Amino acid sequence: MTSLTHLERLEAESIHIMREVAAEADKPVMLYSIGKDSAVMLHLAKKAFYPSPPPFPLLHVDTTWKFKAMYELRAKAAQEAGMELLVYHNPEAEERGINPFQHGPLHTDMWKTEGLKQALDKYGFDVAFGGARRDEEKSRAKERVMSFRTSSHGWDPKNQRPELWNLYNARKKKGEGIRCFPISNWTELDIWQYIMKEQIEIVPLYFAEERPTYEYEGGLFMADDLDRLEQAMGTLPEITMRSIRFRTLGCFPLTGAVESSAKTLADVVQETLLTTTSERQGRVIDKDGGDASMEKKKQEGYF
Amino acid sequence: MSDPIYKTDALIAEDIDAYLDQHQNKTMLRFITCGSVDDGKSTLIGRLLYDSKMIFEDQLTALENDSKKVGTQGQEIDFALLVDGLAAEREQGITIDVAYRFFNTEKRKFIVADCPGHEQYTRNMVTGASTADLAVVMIDARKGVLVQTRRHSYICNLIGIKNIVLAVNKMDLVDYSQEVFDKIVADYAKFAEEIGIESFTAMPISGFKGDNITLAPSDNTPWYGGPSLIEHLETVEVLTAQDAEKPFRMPVQWVNRPNLDFRGFSGQIATGAVKPGDAVRVLPSGKTSHVRSIVTYGGDLDEAVAGQSVTLTLTDEIDCSRGNVIAVADNPPEVADQFEATVVWMDDEALLPGRGYWLKLGSQTVSAAVAEPKYEVNVNTMEHLAAKTLALNSIGVAEVTTDKPLVFESYADSRQLGGFILIDKVTNATVAAGMLHFSLRRSQNVHWQAVDINREEHARLKNQTAKVLWFTGLSGSGKSTIANEVEKRLNLMNRHTFLLDGDNIRHGLNKDLGFTDADRVENIRRVGEVAKLMTDAGLIVLTAFISPFRAERQMVRDLLPEGEFVEVFVDTPLEVAERRDVKGLYKKAREGKLKNFTGIDSPYEAPENAEIRVNTVEMSPQEAAAYIIDRIMPLK
Repeated sequence: MTSLTHLERLEAESIHIMREVAAEADKPVMLYSIGKDSAVMLHLAKKAFYPSPPPFPLLHVDTTWKFKAMYELRAKAAQEAGMELLVYHNPEAEERGINPFQHGPLHTDMWKTEGLKQALDKYGFDVAFGGARRDEEKSRAKERVMSFRTSSHGWDPKNQRPELWNLYNARKKKGEGIRCFPISNWTELDIWQYIMKEQIEIVPLYFAEERPTYEYEGGLFMADDLDRLEQAMGTLPEITMRSIRFRTLGCFPLTGAVESSAKTLADVVQETLLTTTSERQGRVIDKDGGDASMEKKKQEGYF
Repeated sequence: MSDPIYKTDALIAEDIDAYLDQHQNKTMLRFITCGSVDDGKSTLIGRLLYDSKMIFEDQLTALENDSKKVGTQGQEIDFALLVDGLAAEREQGITIDVAYRFFNTEKRKFIVADCPGHEQYTRNMVTGASTADLAVVMIDARKGVLVQTRRHSYICNLIGIKNIVLAVNKMDLVDYSQEVFDKIVADYAKFAEEIGIESFTAMPISGFKGDNITLAPSDNTPWYGGPSLIEHLETVEVLTAQDAEKPFRMPVQWVNRPNLDFRGFSGQIATGAVKPGDAVRVLPSGKTSHVRSIVTYGGDLDEAVAGQSVTLTLTDEIDCSRGNVIAVADNPPEVADQFEATVVWMDDEALLPGRGYWLKLGSQTVSAAVAEPKYEVNVNTMEHLAAKTLALNSIGVAEVTTDKPLVFESYADSRQLGGFILIDKVTNATVAAGMLHFSLRRSQNVHWQAVDINREEHARLKNQTAKVLWFTGLSGSGKSTIANEVEKRLNLMNRHTFLLDGDNIRHGLNKDLGFTDADRVENIRRVGEVAKLMTDAGLIVLTAFISPFRAERQMVRDLLPEGEFVEVFVDTPLEVAERRDVKGLYKKAREGKLKNFTGIDSPYEAPENAEIRVNTVEMSPQEAAAYIIDRIMPLK
């Protein structure tokens, strides 16, 4: 008997976790951000419950500032999985026209952190699946698979439930919630390999192509929506065509691109392995607030 | 420090397809590192990440800056800063939780559980060890085998880790002396034999300088003939490979029923292998059938093995639901409801013997009680101590009784069907982990006698529905007075009732019990059982006990059919009850003459969702009784 490969073990573990939640939660939901980790989560959900469709909806807490290509894949992916797709916009952020240029950290706080809390409360979801991985960031390394949240969505890192063997405690009182991370033990490389092995469709922005770009505060960005860019920045920055791709996807004005010629999955993996900067470096969020910023955001309710 | 054993940049750059092919077929090893703050554990893990190039340039720059700012290694890189994650820990300079790290070599992917080694973090070590294939026990070469080494080794052995690496670290600080190394290994071997560790692999290393981490022997230790740490980690056998050789068992997690034509049972195979056509037995019912197909998203399989998550369909329509176990027909696991187990306590609030906790094992969740421990183990000396309870980080052996039969195996045979957690019914915290040893024979010999006159028949004859009116509240709140008033009124209505209170219970059935928390739990458990027998006989039972703990009231509620337990909260503020002080008990308690008095030096946990609440400040006992009767009618 040959033993399971690491990808087979990771897949089986993630499926086990998703089924535990489906069996024990009152009203679970899968958070869907359209990125590559979300694509893997969705694929795992399809596998976990086949031939049934996954017994929960997808929820996208949207900022309205995502790349166009992401919105295109979103509708298609949900439909193919036979799942309901819920899109939530924080009405206050919408009304106040919160954007990444003028409002800085408030943009993430209002659209994502507040938006997520509002959406969970509105629909009454008690368990929310997220695609966070322990290799992403230091405070995530200690996150549980089932991470308990108070009724005000707070996280207390010193008071986490111990998790032993493959036994997950999903019990909670009414009003309290759980964030569940089925791909906790996957690394970025595992994600790419799995996408390759299972031929999972991802947003084309992960592959290099000639795209319109501009430079802003030392970073390289894609000019995805010229009208909004001009509106938000006052004047249009200088646009140059470059061969770029993205290692991680978020709001287009906040997600740094890398110059690249990686056009296939194998190219992307190759570049990932040979690269010298970490994945989240392209994102602005980890840095404001200094060293412990992600931990702080999580205590406030960010995913 | 770059090395051929790690990620070969050359292959990645030249032939990515070949590299990916190789990487796809890697296996995975999970291990735990145990050691205390000063043993250099975080430094070793930082070194593994650094050497295997799992650290990126931006992280390295941050690390170099941090090393200068808060590091403890002078101007050199402090690898420990890489792994100490949470802000609180960085300030205190210690690791207080379990953190998981990842790295790859050519042959394997590794997941490291980084656990703190202090005695007060025993629970974290047990948590990290529970999923590990291997343990690296670290020793500071300058200090040799210490109390903490014994504790770490004991816990690893208790959790069933068969591969133990004794990493004698900081060899650079003892001039790489073979003599020092050999003496430590000899000391450890003696101790290992005492506690039943069958074998271990010892190696001299320096996490700080990098000796014998990737290549062995290092220039500084030419006398060392064994493998490097990485070489060893790459070749030891993983746990799931052993699990595949055992008899087939799969706990059912979820019944897969997309339409009327398909009924599958989804789960992760705990041990063994399964093929279509295999004869299987569903436990605990014992019904047999055959496997029709092994369904997965990628198509039906010819065989599935331990560790895989699959969906099975059977050839017969037999009852099977979440919590059941599908097993090979001619060699099924045992079913029992009384066990001996090792229990590791993980909560600030100590074990209350007799209290009902949720017990989760595989996909089964049942109500369980832990008896007073047979003994507690001193984790530093391995001595057995007498114990009444288990506090945070204590390990003991005790009998565990469940309210429903459990499908199980001894932990030594199966981590999946022998390891369990206990969950507090009120706070929902995970309060303990446990390992089943064996079932107690008496549970196999006591069977239910089927009776012809059942509880419904008893109640029907009395022309009523059985109920328990459970009065709870502080001493002097008026429970007995109101319960007595309610019983008088029910009696006038020709109802068959019985009132249980402190006087008729504490003087007889429970006269052996005092007022400690443990005795209070047992007191309520017995009252609950008596009340249950009386409802079986068709009676309306009224009970008047302080019953201060939510968990025990919940335990009695769980004993009875849905709707039969009516919690009546006699809500009287402490000042009012104390002012009344009918029996003079508050005065005694305030003077310190009466210990463990509820409301004074023992807590009262008020009900959160009582069916009925009466306020005795606003209502007279007669009004309260009338109000209660209104709420429980028609009683038919």
